Amino acid sequence: MTNLHQKPTNIQEIAARTRAMAATLGIEKFDVVGAATEESTVQVNEGKPQQMRASKRNSVTVRVWNREGLTGIASTNTLDDQGIRTALLLAKETSAYGNAEAKVDFSPEAKDTLAHSTAPRTSGPPEPGMSEMLASLLAAEAQVVAGHPAIRSLPYNALTQKTLERFYINSDGAAREEASSYLSTYLYTRAEQEGRKPRSAGLSEVATSLDGLALPALAGKVIEKTISYLDYKRINSGTYTVAFSGEAFLSLLEAFSNMFNAQNVLDKQSLSSEEDLGKPFASPLLSLNDNALHAANKLPHGFDGEGTPTRDVTILDKGVLRTFLHSAGTAKRMNTRPTGHANMGAKVTVGSHFWNVQRGEAPKAERLLESESSVVLVDEVHSLHAGVNALQGSFSVPFSGWIFENGNRVSIESATVAGDFRALLKAICFVEESAEHTPMGVCPRVWVDGLSITSETDS
Amino acid sequence: MIPSSATHLKSASGRSLSPSREAFDASWQPVFSVLLGLSRVAGANSCEFFLERRNHVSLLVENGKVTSVSPSLSLGGGVRVFRGTTDCYVSTHDVSYAGLKWALDKALSILGLSTPDGSRLLPEVNLEPLRDYGALRSKNAWLGQCPNIAESAEALMRVNAAVAKQTAHLESAMTSTFRDWQEVLVASSDGIFARDVRLTQSFVAQVSCVDGAHRASLGERRGDSANPKFLFTLPEEEIVSSLAHSAGAMLRADFVQSGKFPIVMANRFGGVIFHEACGHLLETTQVEKKTTPFLDSMGELIANEAVTAWDEGVTENAFGTLDMDDEGMPAQRTLLIENGRLRNFISDRTGQMRTGHPRTGSGRRQNYTFAAASRMRNTYIAGGKSTPDELIASMDRGLYCKRMGGGSVGATGEFNFGVSEAYLVEKGKITKPVKGATLIGDAKDILMQISMCANDTELAPGFCGSVSGSIYVTVGQPHIKVDAITVGGR
Repeated sequence: MTNLHQKPTNIQEIAARTRAMAATLGIEKFDVVGAATEESTVQVNEGKPQQMRASKRNSVTVRVWNREGLTGIASTNTLDDQGIRTALLLAKETSAYGNAEAKVDFSPEAKDTLAHSTAPRTSGPPEPGMSEMLASLLAAEAQVVAGHPAIRSLPYNALTQKTLERFYINSDGAAREEASSYLSTYLYTRAEQEGRKPRSAGLSEVATSLDGLALPALAGKVIEKTISYLDYKRINSGTYTVAFSGEAFLSLLEAFSNMFNAQNVLDKQSLSSEEDLGKPFASPLLSLNDNALHAANKLPHGFDGEGTPTRDVTILDKGVLRTFLHSAGTAKRMNTRPTGHANMGAKVTVGSHFWNVQRGEAPKAERLLESESSVVLVDEVHSLHAGVNALQGSFSVPFSGWIFENGNRVSIESATVAGDFRALLKAICFVEESAEHTPMGVCPRVWVDGLSITSETDS
Repeated sequence: MIPSSATHLKSASGRSLSPSREAFDASWQPVFSVLLGLSRVAGANSCEFFLERRNHVSLLVENGKVTSVSPSLSLGGGVRVFRGTTDCYVSTHDVSYAGLKWALDKALSILGLSTPDGSRLLPEVNLEPLRDYGALRSKNAWLGQCPNIAESAEALMRVNAAVAKQTAHLESAMTSTFRDWQEVLVASSDGIFARDVRLTQSFVAQVSCVDGAHRASLGERRGDSANPKFLFTLPEEEIVSSLAHSAGAMLRADFVQSGKFPIVMANRFGGVIFHEACGHLLETTQVEKKTTPFLDSMGELIANEAVTAWDEGVTENAFGTLDMDDEGMPAQRTLLIENGRLRNFISDRTGQMRTGHPRTGSGRRQNYTFAAASRMRNTYIAGGKSTPDELIASMDRGLYCKRMGGGSVGATGEFNFGVSEAYLVEKGKITKPVKGATLIGDAKDILMQISMCANDTELAPGFCGSVSGSIYVTVGQPHIKVDAITVGGR
């Protein structure tokens, strides 16, 4: 067996071996997408290391065209000759079941110059080491637990360092590779007050260095957020104007992203259709882009799973639907150009990179939460997988947040917010100016009229 | 001498360190004897290796066409080292001796330990003779007995056509299946050396219906863990007619009015309520973090006396069934709650070490990149004496939750789950369909609210995501009545 630990991924060498192996198997047309990942994670509990993990992983997906132009794929994590040969053979076999009505080809942009590129890694993983990560996380835990008497623990926490190399090659000569290295963390508290139900609050962050992660500052924000969730009060069930935080709005948007996904539209697995293009789709107060290369995206990448360069794509312009997110195949079927959102698979799927929600038309007047009465600020939405029906458009999800009453902000006891996402987009009544930066994208607070709130304690 | 690289292919006792690449068999014993010996000399309190080979294929048929055939092969391993109660897990795709040695060295170094230099003679750890569960029930032959791609595609096409034919206002019909074959090998410093072969298969039919502004989407999953011919044994007519009927009922359903009222939850996947509201809170990972309200409740009444509940790995063919867990422990049947009283937690090796609750054969993981953790298997509420009709008749006004979506429980014990098919109950009778319901509650409270259990316990396959990844589980229950629960709606 080949020992791959000492070698960085050598894309040219993999390409050459795949090409030679394909030739011996009578395969003339193929492409390969792959990744090599190194990851280290620390978790702590009550001042001690809880678990530490490290891993090295490879993954490769090969796609093969047969003589009828149908495609088959296979995936493997074994990159030696035997592994690649097996994958090519499997892909060739499955190409007999390729979809003749949705034939795909290489992306027409697979060899275009990239707007963004990072050099492949040539040395070992960057600092920090595990001991420094552990010390930083232990310090953050101590800081959070000392931050307020009600904060009993930080049961959900992790600090991860990840190095990722990814590549795309095809038999037409395309060859792309890029590398990224970053750290990520999440810190979630458990707080208890006498006679009240426990509360939990947390934040996550991504950065390219431990210093950039600024754990002490993040821990301070987690304390502040947890405290703001304490002393909660019951809210009456009813219909409210709801302001979604940037994170909450993006969470819902992502859950309903089939409405902007060309593959889902073609599959009739979307809340949208091609007829919606060019028509008002949301309030004119809202504009929406997806941009993997946005300056605030700490994990930019320059090409998608078919080698297409990523770019800034305007989806909603002042509420009007301008385009869907595309793979090469969906773009061809809809007579447009790919947008760089493809994920390689037996059936190529489409996915977003980094949302950019902006104010569209200027509002008639600025609004301030602190000046409102009976406006609910939804800070986080939870359990989307249980409370969202992405094909019906409906959602009913628990949230954490506050109600603003005469300038006062009051934490809300357990409650859910419910509605129809298509109706929500049209009921947007105000989009704030400044955007929040989150790992999912950038987004200002978005205000919506007429949403149902249910309090858990109602009878 | 300590073999330090792939070029030294014999152990100190002269046994080969180049095991079979084709199978996890007894030829791997010398490799682990040496590596476990190294971990012991380095000062580790215990050490465990886990190897995994996987052969997975999935097929998708959409609207009468095969649109995806996706095979995937993987091979990898991991080592977990304990120093005191602190542990480190390192995984790698390289399962050669050198690759596994690299993983061990990495884990030891993270814990501040190191293997001695190459000049010492080392004791090897004695392992039991290979305990091979693959030899049971012809499991070694399972992979070859599964349907091929053509046969699988034919079965999916047949059900897809039947769904399309019977469903009104159909927008799209999807049928899909996966076959996940897994070979695992566990070796640990307490002498465990065990192999298992697993075969998990699933079938899903899903419909989306549209009529003007009205939409409905529903799905039905079936699963199996032991029958290579599973795909040919599906009750196709029952699945198709049930989906068509439910989609028709839900298409024009009104949104449910929010509030707090009694509900009756159907059997099978209705068991997700117990999985989320209680099962997770009985895993020792929650005891370690002190995030379960049942931390000090052993022997106490934590549920209504109508509730008796199990977690086990032995029900024939069930999705969460396994002959051994991912730490090499044979499957167990674990009584969780007996007439409302807490009897056991769900525990793995680490859980026993850190909380004192004995292992229950529940160490599970998604794949070799995860360390095992205490996880559920087949988890269900036992049947009672009532009939489902008696439960419905007991409600003056409430909700009948016939088909459940997914759910989750948070760090505070609050849970929620979606209902994909529900009906109002008025004066003891099921009346009109309603949609958009989410059930919300607090685990500690809701268990006391389960006042009636019917006599029709059935199990349903599902997936559970937690600290050690996504695993196959079964949820189950009879029809149960919950006296009061918050229903989120409009």
